[in-house]
Amino acid sequence: MARMKFLCDADRCIECNACVTACKNEHEVPWGINRRRVVTINDGKPGERSVTMACMHCTDAPCAAVCPVNCFYTTADGVVLHSKDLCIGCGYCFYACPFGAPQYPKIGNFGSRGKMDKCTYCAGGPEADGSKEEYEKYGANRLAEGKLPLCAEMCSTKSLLAGDGEVIAQIYKERVMKRGYGSGAWGWKTAYRETIES
Amino acid sequence: MASFERLISLTVGALAFLLILTASTPSIAQQDQVNPTASSVREQQLLREFDRIQGRVSIPDQRSSVLVQPAGREWREFRTVALRWVGGIAILGMLAVLLIFYLTRGMVRLESGRSGRTIVRFTTFERFVHWMTATCFIVLAISGLNITFGRPLLLPLIGFEAFSEWSQWAKYAHNYLSFPFTIGVVLIFLMWLAGNIPNKVDVDWLKRGGGIIGHDQPPAYRFNAGQKAIYWIVVIGGGLVAASGYQLMFPFYLSGIEGMQLAQVVHSVVAVLFIAAMLAHIYIGTIGMEGAFEAMGSGTVDMNWAKEHHSLWLEEENARTGANDARRQPAATPAE
Repeated sequence: MARMKFLCDADRCIECNACVTACKNEHEVPWGINRRRVVTINDGKPGERSVTMACMHCTDAPCAAVCPVNCFYTTADGVVLHSKDLCIGCGYCFYACPFGAPQYPKIGNFGSRGKMDKCTYCAGGPEADGSKEEYEKYGANRLAEGKLPLCAEMCSTKSLLAGDGEVIAQIYKERVMKRGYGSGAWGWKTAYRETIES
Repeated sequence: MASFERLISLTVGALAFLLILTASTPSIAQQDQVNPTASSVREQQLLREFDRIQGRVSIPDQRSSVLVQPAGREWREFRTVALRWVGGIAILGMLAVLLIFYLTRGMVRLESGRSGRTIVRFTTFERFVHWMTATCFIVLAISGLNITFGRPLLLPLIGFEAFSEWSQWAKYAHNYLSFPFTIGVVLIFLMWLAGNIPNKVDVDWLKRGGGIIGHDQPPAYRFNAGQKAIYWIVVIGGGLVAASGYQLMFPFYLSGIEGMQLAQVVHSVVAVLFIAAMLAHIYIGTIGMEGAFEAMGSGTVDMNWAKEHHSLWLEEENARTGANDARRQPAATPAE
């Protein structure tokens, strides 16, 4: 089985936010929720870099570890998913997540955040693949259709890569070899406890 | 002479040429391969400097501008490992101590038996405040412990769906009962403050084991040192859990993510210690001491109980009301 990962080549990201838009459109994500976002570091200064970030589908995911009701599960592809039927909206996963991935539909006073929502790696949820219930709760299940996450598929500069970790790491390595530089796979050390030598 | 000068100028020229050549070699190589990442921000360097990476986002949710916060990993360790140890040791340890104490010392009896005459110890209002706070506390404690210990202990017994359903309701109860609890803590603080200022009687009381350890009956005013300790645990502990709890209930108003993590750490650690202390309080107020429960139950205690445990308070009360054999005061003394 593949071990699905995201890799953002920050030297290529042009902060076009197409990944953000594609994600919102594909899954009909409601207002206020951003499963994916682009963060620009040192904006306007020499050496600025933009990085697109969503759930990294961590190895030994912190969200799953701290969840009081154990609503997370990891698929055979290494994708970290959760059940909105079990989620009680406590907000703990947001405190534990290194990447700010969990999102809540409401402002959240009185613990009424609503069910947590996050990037599903376009892999839906516990409901039957491609079912109406699954789409309403989690969005499209592209993985079940043999497709990769849409954000990476339509990235204009192919900065964002999605797929089996070893394959996308190899692609990134080749890129770095060819062009002679690379600022590394952002978030990999935190998410997967490994880096790509470049 | 001219040839010598020529030789020098040639040598200098050759040296200068060599110097230019050696100096320019790397720059030529660099021109071949531009490195745009030379000045670029680097993840590991940023993490070392700031322990998290933050930037600018174009979406309204400014919390999402934090790109990476590895501190979540430490908070995870606290929540899944440290807190369970601290809470487990505090609560089970307290239960074990109380059990051993009960088996060895047993109930603290009324040494002189019951007199049959009673004296008012707590007014209806005081008892109402106590029981409102106590009821809220029990629900808050159980629903709070469920968040930390429910997953390993209760979930395997009742299954995912039932546990989520119960946890959802427990969460609502926890959030909404925090308000009467907080009001109760404030009222407790105000109405019993006067009797809970530590004084030198407490030192003597503590030295003599408070009449709990051994069979001594050291004098005490309305509240003895043990009760004063409980009072301050409720006031300070209750204040801390309330403050940190409201921060958790209204997330991100006052602080960023590190503040939320800290609030949860303070809230949970204070809460488990609070629960352990309250177990001791419940013990001594029920099976631990004969005649103690009625103080908060009916509001009156037996005269002999008052004499044995709060002799100075009884004297005060008698002096104030002029009851029984106490000498009537010439002028009415103001209460307390």
